[in-house]
Amino acid sequence: MNKSAEKTIDLVNRNLAKRYRAEKRFRFYGLLSISFGLLCLLFLFTDIIGKGHSAFLQTYVALDIHFDEEVLGIDNIDDPAQLMVANYDGVIRKALRDQFSEVSSRRDKRALYALISNGAGFDLQREFSLNPRELLGQTRTFWLVADDDVDTYLKSYRGSGEAFTGRLSEQQRGWVQTWVAEERIEKRFNRIFFTSGDSREPELAGIRGAIMGSLFTLAVTLVLSFPIGVAAAIYLEEYAPKNKWTDLIEVNINNLAAVPSIIFGLLGLAIFINFFEMPRSIPLVGGIVLTLMTLPTVIISSRAAIKSVPPSIREAALGIGASKMQMILHHVLPLAMPGMLTGAIIGMAQALGETAPLLMIGMVAFIVDIPGAVNDPATVLPVQIFLWSDSPERAFVERTSAAIMVLLAFLIIMNTLAVWLRKRLERRW
Amino acid sequence: MMEATVESTIEQSADSLVSRPATGERAPVAEGETVGSPFVDSPKMAMRNVDVFYNDKQAIFDVSMDIGSNEVVSMIGPSGCGKSTFLRALNRMNDTIEGARVEGSLRLEGQDIYDPKLDVVPLRARVGMVFQKPNPFPKSIYDNVAYGPRIHGLVDRRADLDDVVEDSLQRAGLWNEVKDRLNQPGTGLSGGQQQRLCIARTIAVSPEVILMDEPCSALDPIATAKIEELIAELSENFTIAIVTHSMQQAARVSSRTAYFHLGKLIEVNDTERVFTNPEHELTEAYITGRFG
Repeated sequence: MNKSAEKTIDLVNRNLAKRYRAEKRFRFYGLLSISFGLLCLLFLFTDIIGKGHSAFLQTYVALDIHFDEEVLGIDNIDDPAQLMVANYDGVIRKALRDQFSEVSSRRDKRALYALISNGAGFDLQREFSLNPRELLGQTRTFWLVADDDVDTYLKSYRGSGEAFTGRLSEQQRGWVQTWVAEERIEKRFNRIFFTSGDSREPELAGIRGAIMGSLFTLAVTLVLSFPIGVAAAIYLEEYAPKNKWTDLIEVNINNLAAVPSIIFGLLGLAIFINFFEMPRSIPLVGGIVLTLMTLPTVIISSRAAIKSVPPSIREAALGIGASKMQMILHHVLPLAMPGMLTGAIIGMAQALGETAPLLMIGMVAFIVDIPGAVNDPATVLPVQIFLWSDSPERAFVERTSAAIMVLLAFLIIMNTLAVWLRKRLERRW
Repeated sequence: MMEATVESTIEQSADSLVSRPATGERAPVAEGETVGSPFVDSPKMAMRNVDVFYNDKQAIFDVSMDIGSNEVVSMIGPSGCGKSTFLRALNRMNDTIEGARVEGSLRLEGQDIYDPKLDVVPLRARVGMVFQKPNPFPKSIYDNVAYGPRIHGLVDRRADLDDVVEDSLQRAGLWNEVKDRLNQPGTGLSGGQQQRLCIARTIAVSPEVILMDEPCSALDPIATAKIEELIAELSENFTIAIVTHSMQQAARVSSRTAYFHLGKLIEVNDTERVFTNPEHELTEAYITGRFG
């Protein structure tokens, strides 16, 4: 007490500088962590976008196609079957031979034909069958999909510098350069990438099949995991007695949230495919397996949301004679809904990015057809990425990155939706 | 002697309970018993030997008292004396608390409200409750008031519901302030208005008894005065039990006052008597401000 007030204030002032320094350091650590995170994110995005952006463009070659009756093998133009099986590749080859008339040997011809994609014939067939009468016997210029080797070569070609030649021989490069000089070659928006399923030919491979597979799988997951998760959360929060059984259930739910996802895949394989003999590779089984995986997340977040509803609202409802169910349905659920939806969407985002459990139930198969229902064989986006990243063709590198970009876009959309829903539904009390 | 009366009361049927002779004039109670006149003629609610436990901890010890029809009974006492716990026992709000247990006899017009066969939903429609903190639903003012009648199916037509809402808001003295914004959220009102909205919500289901748990503790003096006025008006039609921390409030609004101390009911008397000439020394100590 004897020590004067001045002395106390001196002590405080001396410590003050130290305190401020400590606080500055503290803030700096936080800033450092955030910068590190952002830097990693930036690195990831630059890498993926840098590699993947070129996949959204595809090289097309303009060829003067002469629809020769003889080459096509059509004698009756009204017969759709004939239009189906007509030799469209033949007219393309003829157009190539016509343009490069110096090519004569079989080997050279084959090298020339390889510049145009195998799928170009189908495009031509589609064009031709739209208007066969008018086109037959005519010559028209068509933009046809180039082979992936041509595509990769042109995309890596930068004026004077070295280009990635891949499997293109010098002779083939010469032909491509001729087209470039004649402006018969052009990069266009890669519609194929978004409209077709998987293919062994990179220039014909698309992610539509994987997107549809992902959508069907997620739909099954959402339809199953949200109601089951919410119902379980309501029972555990509102009705279950607090005893060691519910404690055990709670511990188990928390543990399940941390179980490696491939275990769920093994479980799905053992139960749904081996025991119930459901077909392999279908989104239905994938969705059920992912439901098992996301349920703990949905239950935990739903319980947290239910718990955060203020007790005063419950009391108000009970106080005027609402039954427990009315209290839950009219008051607790509407107030907890934003939290529960956020949890569900985050669970869905997790399910969207999941690969391992789906490998176990056969969704890793090479599937060309675009699935149209939950019981059609399908693959999903992350598995498609995994498959493409394993493919030897150079053109699949950019497609892998592009597919990652699409997957990331979906994830960002879902997370934005979660934030938006939260903002939208949140009510203050 | 007292105990004999209580036991016979419990065993009595509903009819005989109503016609039970007045117990207020009986011989003075023994040491440690409630002093004053805890019992009235033809009580609305009759509580006998009520014990309330939270798990192993006993919060209310052997409380016996009556609440008469259309009277305002206030319950006062220091913090933690169990007055809120007792109030919440009257419409089984304690059921919602894990580990809470009520023993003894609590009767609403002769009907045991802790009868396992009794449904709490109609009970709470008959015994409404207003809470300490205004707790309107995050819905519109209209929906707040209409909620009770809706869930109990009291009205069939929309027009009738409108009438009930208007009537309830009128009686809660809120109609003139909110009639132009019935569709705005109830949570947007001021604290005092919110509390009156909660009262309107409670009286919309026409309860017989209204329990109020410190309804003014979160309000400023002006809002408090309005609520107190309202309580006086409501007492014409409703039986009101109010827990309050403010002795002045108890003195202003109630006709009888019960003083609780450490879970025991010490004294029940006419309000005037309690504040002017308390029978028990603990009551006197409390109202003169020696503790509390």
